[in-house]
Amino acid sequence: MEPAAIAVDHLTKRFGAVTAVDDLSFEVRPGAVTGFLGPNGSGKTTTLRMLLGLVRPTAGRALVGDRPYVAIPRPARTVGAALEASSFHPGRTGLGHLRTLAPQVGVDDARCHEVLELVGLVEAKGRRVQGYSMGMRQRLGLASALLGDPPVVILDEPANGLDPQGIVWLRELLRLFASEGRTILVSSHVLAEVQTTVDDVVIITGGRLVHASPLSGLEDLAERLVVVRTPTPEEVERIAAQHGWTVTHDGGSLVVRGATAQQVGAEAFRVGVELHQLVDRSVELEDVFLRLTASAEDLATRAAGTPRGRVA
Amino acid sequence: MRAALLTEYRKLVSTRMWWVLLLVMVAYLLFIAVVMAFSLATGGGAGGPGAGSAAVPQGVDAATTVYALANPIGYVFPLLVGSLAFTTEFRHRTITSSLLVEPRRGVLVVAKLVSSVVIGLVFGIVGTASVVLGGAPVLAAAGDGAFLASGDVWSLLAWSVVVLTLWTVVGVAFGGLVPNQVAAIVVIVAFTQFVEPIARVVGSAVDALSGVAQFLPGAAADAVLGTSFFGGLGGGATDLLPRWAGLAVLVAYALVFAVAARSTTLRKDIG
Ligand SMILES: Nc1ncnc2c1ncn2[C@@H]1O[C@H](COP(=O)(O)OP(=O)(O)OP(=O)(O)O)[C@@H](O)[C@H]1O
Ligand SMILES: [Mg+2]
Repeated sequence: MEPAAIAVDHLTKRFGAVTAVDDLSFEVRPGAVTGFLGPNGSGKTTTLRMLLGLVRPTAGRALVGDRPYVAIPRPARTVGAALEASSFHPGRTGLGHLRTLAPQVGVDDARCHEVLELVGLVEAKGRRVQGYSMGMRQRLGLASALLGDPPVVILDEPANGLDPQGIVWLRELLRLFASEGRTILVSSHVLAEVQTTVDDVVIITGGRLVHASPLSGLEDLAERLVVVRTPTPEEVERIAAQHGWTVTHDGGSLVVRGATAQQVGAEAFRVGVELHQLVDRSVELEDVFLRLTASAEDLATRAAGTPRGRVA
Repeated sequence: MRAALLTEYRKLVSTRMWWVLLLVMVAYLLFIAVVMAFSLATGGGAGGPGAGSAAVPQGVDAATTVYALANPIGYVFPLLVGSLAFTTEFRHRTITSSLLVEPRRGVLVVAKLVSSVVIGLVFGIVGTASVVLGGAPVLAAAGDGAFLASGDVWSLLAWSVVVLTLWTVVGVAFGGLVPNQVAAIVVIVAFTQFVEPIARVVGSAVDALSGVAQFLPGAAADAVLGTSFFGGLGGGATDLLPRWAGLAVLVAYALVFAVAARSTTLRKDIG
């Protein structure tokens, strides 16, 4: 299994007046799970469809390994993809659906049964998809993607409709795939959903890249807050002012921004200030995500919503 | 390509629509064949659009007239089943997973066309058998005989199978051109049941138009069979093309639709 990376290179897609994807570039490395994140309508699905040769880019290109998807011979053996659920013929059984794909993936019926077992659809495989729940469809989509045992796996909102056990199971499966050296790209509009699964994040909004880094890089962007209780708040404020930290009052405690608990504690100890409580407030990545993705839109709405020339 | 063919074949047979259409076709053709055989055998003018005309076919002509019915009466069914090959993919959005396993869109079109020959043969054989099954006993009992030993009859039956198969292929290509399922069904039914019959009647009545009417798909199919339900029964003078030309015209319809489908529907973004 030769690991292939994904490269999105200055990709742009316009649908008439709507620019769904705007000069987007990022890379996805093998051996890791990459979260492709953005709010609704930010262009995730459109990007993945361009990557998979379903939608023609207005400009730019997307490569899997060294070539575009359409140039890969027997692509389902290299790239397994599942886009939105419900793209099944309702009259076909789960097994029947996989069997229609099997010849071109290059696998036999035994493999179809195998992936059905993997995704937990053994009981339902003889039933028509019409009667499948949302989560079962999601699992069937995943089964189709995995049919060719591909080194690259691309999943569009795979956690949608999955129950909590399903989400845990999916996470473990993706972790396993990454440890096998596969390249995994999963989209989601909720960071929390993939936060415990992904190694890297690519965040877009309005079709544009706003952030791409390992997950830890996102943690660095999280604002540091330290909650301090002290009988001498003015002393702490003085220390903060010396170091350029900002302090706000929150009930009986102080909230220090821009420092870690360690830094505040060390400084307080050094100058002999009495502290009764010193806590790092837990990092809320979701806040970072919201800030990153909201900014562009908010700026736009704010700009649009400001009555022109009437700002006194 | 072998894999693509097998995939397309499995897509078609893993749903129920094809045999629903097959059953309806059988019932319809059996009924029409019995009625036609009866009206010809009794020499009456009770049935068919050309009824009441002077020349009622006799003997082996009566038999071939009945046995040729599968094409002019039943061709809507192979057209419809063929059109489903593309329209169901767009209706249920399975075109996405189809193009994921076979992103070469031209290959997809060719695979659908070629694989439809199998289902086309089923419709051809079953449809042709239906008119024989319905017509032969009536002709034997009430008319001049069933003529099932006649070489002409067997050659006609063989061509009937070929033509119905070709209709299936034309249907596939048409479905690619009009991927909206409802639209495709409406157009196929309207064209086969109203537009073409009227056009051919007008064509056979107006000399200047008969040259054009020959190239209508139904007229081309009649040319392959060598009998015309509209021309023959009505005693009209619709000129038919030679058999080879009829075949060529039907194949040309399939090819033109297929190329058009490739450069419209299948050039677009899928999503
Ligand atoms: N075929 C299309 N025609 C016109 N506009 C489209 C088309 N497909 C997508 N868009 C637009 O492109 C933008 C991006 O859509 P896309 O589906 O890629 O977003 P997404 O990030 O996948 O959103 P979600 O989280 O809701 O799935 C949206 O504004 C959408 O309306
Ligand atoms: Mg989406």
